[in-house]
Amino acid sequence: MTNFRRRDLLTGTALVLVGGTVARASVVSGQLPWAPDSSSADAVQAGQWLFFTPPEAAMVEAMADRIIPPDPQTPGGKDAGCAVFIDRQLAGPYGRAEGLYNRPPFVKGIKQQGPQSALTPAQVYRTALRALDHFCRSQQGGKSWVELSSERQDEVLHGLDSGAIELEGADGKVFFKGLLTDVQEGFFADPLYGGNRDMCAWKMIGFPGAHYDYRDWVMRHNERYPHPPVSIAGRPDWNPKKS
Amino acid sequence: MTRKLPPKDVVIIGLGWTGSILANELTDEGLDVVAIERGPWRNTASDFPPNHAQDELRYHIRHELFLQPAQTTFTFRNKMDQSALPIRNWGAFMPPNGVGGGGVHWNAETWRFLPSDFVLRTHLTQRYGAHFLPPDTTIQDWGVSYQELEPHYDRFEYLCGTSGTAGNVNGQIQEGGNPFEGPRARAYPNPAQQQPFGPTLFAKGARELGYKPFPQPSGNMSQAYVNPLNVRLGPCTYCGFCEWFGCANYSKASPQTTILPVLVRKSNFMVRDQCEVTRINTDASGKRATGVTFVDASGQEWEQPAELVILSAYTIFNVQLLMLSGIGAPYDPVANKGVIGRNFTHQTISDVESFFDKSKFIFNPFIASGAIGMCIDEFNGDNFDHGPHGFIGGGYMGQVQSNGRPIGTMPLPPDTPRWGAKWKQATRDNYLSALKPGTGVHGSMYSYRDVYLDLDPTYRDRFSRPLMRITMDFHENELKQNAFLTDRFAEIFHAMGADQVVKKYRKGPYDITDYQTTHLCGGAVMGADPRTSAINRYLQSWDVSNLFVMGASAFPQNAGYNPTGTVAALAYWSAAAIRTHYLKNPGPLVHV
Repeated sequence: MTNFRRRDLLTGTALVLVGGTVARASVVSGQLPWAPDSSSADAVQAGQWLFFTPPEAAMVEAMADRIIPPDPQTPGGKDAGCAVFIDRQLAGPYGRAEGLYNRPPFVKGIKQQGPQSALTPAQVYRTALRALDHFCRSQQGGKSWVELSSERQDEVLHGLDSGAIELEGADGKVFFKGLLTDVQEGFFADPLYGGNRDMCAWKMIGFPGAHYDYRDWVMRHNERYPHPPVSIAGRPDWNPKKS
Repeated sequence: MTRKLPPKDVVIIGLGWTGSILANELTDEGLDVVAIERGPWRNTASDFPPNHAQDELRYHIRHELFLQPAQTTFTFRNKMDQSALPIRNWGAFMPPNGVGGGGVHWNAETWRFLPSDFVLRTHLTQRYGAHFLPPDTTIQDWGVSYQELEPHYDRFEYLCGTSGTAGNVNGQIQEGGNPFEGPRARAYPNPAQQQPFGPTLFAKGARELGYKPFPQPSGNMSQAYVNPLNVRLGPCTYCGFCEWFGCANYSKASPQTTILPVLVRKSNFMVRDQCEVTRINTDASGKRATGVTFVDASGQEWEQPAELVILSAYTIFNVQLLMLSGIGAPYDPVANKGVIGRNFTHQTISDVESFFDKSKFIFNPFIASGAIGMCIDEFNGDNFDHGPHGFIGGGYMGQVQSNGRPIGTMPLPPDTPRWGAKWKQATRDNYLSALKPGTGVHGSMYSYRDVYLDLDPTYRDRFSRPLMRITMDFHENELKQNAFLTDRFAEIFHAMGADQVVKKYRKGPYDITDYQTTHLCGGAVMGADPRTSAINRYLQSWDVSNLFVMGASAFPQNAGYNPTGTVAALAYWSAAAIRTHYLKNPGPLVHV
């Protein structure tokens, strides 16, 4: 039994006493009976896309690899799971702009008054990806975004960023700004959310993650911290092997 | 239809630091107290336990512990002739929400203001002459002195277990502390926290330049501590998840870790959470509060009658409730009359990012507490001669980097592209060997006639109440102050041996999307004259004598320190006046 939760373990005794028939038995041997926690957000599992259509997902994966290209030491944005991260974020409260002030009127203001768009992040992605696909097929010799060379993809992204490329029915600049933030957040956020796969981004920079106790290290000045990172979802070598 | 609850002695609006302090003081007096809190009850064990408290995306980026703009927000403009637009997502500041208030998410930087800060206009006029002040500034004296507040600062520091090195005990300057601080009656309750490499190197550089660096006073425990209420706090583990986060280790001073465990056990106290007070009710004369009206989570409206009303919400919400309740004259910047909304201020902060040789410097920026850091105070308040410089005010500065969380804290050299292979390589090359204090220069913001709060004519909240409108811009005085301080700050990083020092001056116009601390101040200020203050020196409303207004809304202008120590000292000072004077003879404590 590998899928029980730590909270159940901690309250197990109480369950036996109060619940009567809820008593359960398990055998612990060879590994810690530890599972990623209960009260944190559910760990994202890669698999079916929740928000993106498969063609949209392929576009975003390719963009993630331009924003964070793979290199011999560290995966790029795609293999780090940044598109999975964005997909799950867009399918959730972030994608729906939940909790933000969404009342009209929506009036364009000056820069220092902040964004005033009525569109949610999910709507921005959907319309911009469609418009970008249209732009590529009509302007890039019939090729779709993913068929462009890396160099050409970079040029198009720079064009969106600077506003030099205008999309039909979508604001390419706003889209790119959000994309850049989301890809880089997915890369450095806890792997719980689908990006930063195997803590690859943390290993790259030397961030120990959710370690939470450095009392022994405060006074060890100018020394490289030697321990591998740990995430809220644990560390691969902590987790029970899937049977 | 509004339903009426049985009367209470005291109703408290908002259960953050000041609400908790007042509730505890007044229940000790035997009064029957109810606190009404807009946000949820929050517990360490259930809301931010150590198995997921360290989640940068959830707590910092997605703002889990904060008020949601959908609940209510503000509108913003720089100038009076512009149209204000709503803040749709938080940027320049982050209003707290829930039991514990800002005490849950703060860094626990626990400062006292300078003695001269409390008599600012008098002091500056005496030293430099009235002509030296910016012509449109509305700075004024507080009506209370540092000496009067000293025992109340002391109470808060001992409640919190503040870790620090005293600089001035009864007039005796102490080695290693802040030599500029006002005299304190005794040392901090806990020794200073240990300092990681970055702050230690900063202190060395500062000493070489002739400054006197000292550890930032910290509400993160340097050791286990039992406070005077017999509540226990654990030692800080330097986890680097402090500001924006609740502390899972019970080692950051908060209402949860210092007062609430005692308060909630008292039979004469109760809190209603997820209930929002929409109005302070007054009788026909308008001079006496009869209680409050609030709306519960289901939308039901209730009236809670009470003999005494304590308004202890966040700065702007204090001002909003006074305005919507018709208490006090609203400020009119054109006529320069009225008090509610007047003297609104924030903080003038800036930063320096510095890049060191990665083969020689490993800073491990993730090893930090919220209030970590070594600071200097040579350029705060009036600790230096402003005569040659042509501005007033100042701030502390220090290597006070509270974290190395990679989404928010990723200093990169200025020539780095924002994305692509070179960006990736730069994150790899600089993460461990760069310093980014965050609020390295923590400057004052003084008050001006055209920086204020009023009701927005267009945008409304979910109860159809007008949003508060912020009109704010930087004035030349603050920008000059910041340029001078940022230059001095950068010199220290050069002395530390940095290869590249990047000065991030504060520049106008004020930008609502750029985080600049949550230290909003003023709008319902204290003072000696009811024509220029909303509340008297005991935080009692001039207009409604059974209403006391806590919080940084009382600051006539903001000093160059984090506000919480002074906010809490004022709360204890006010509570003492209520206990010793007001309850014996309810009515105005100051007659003019």
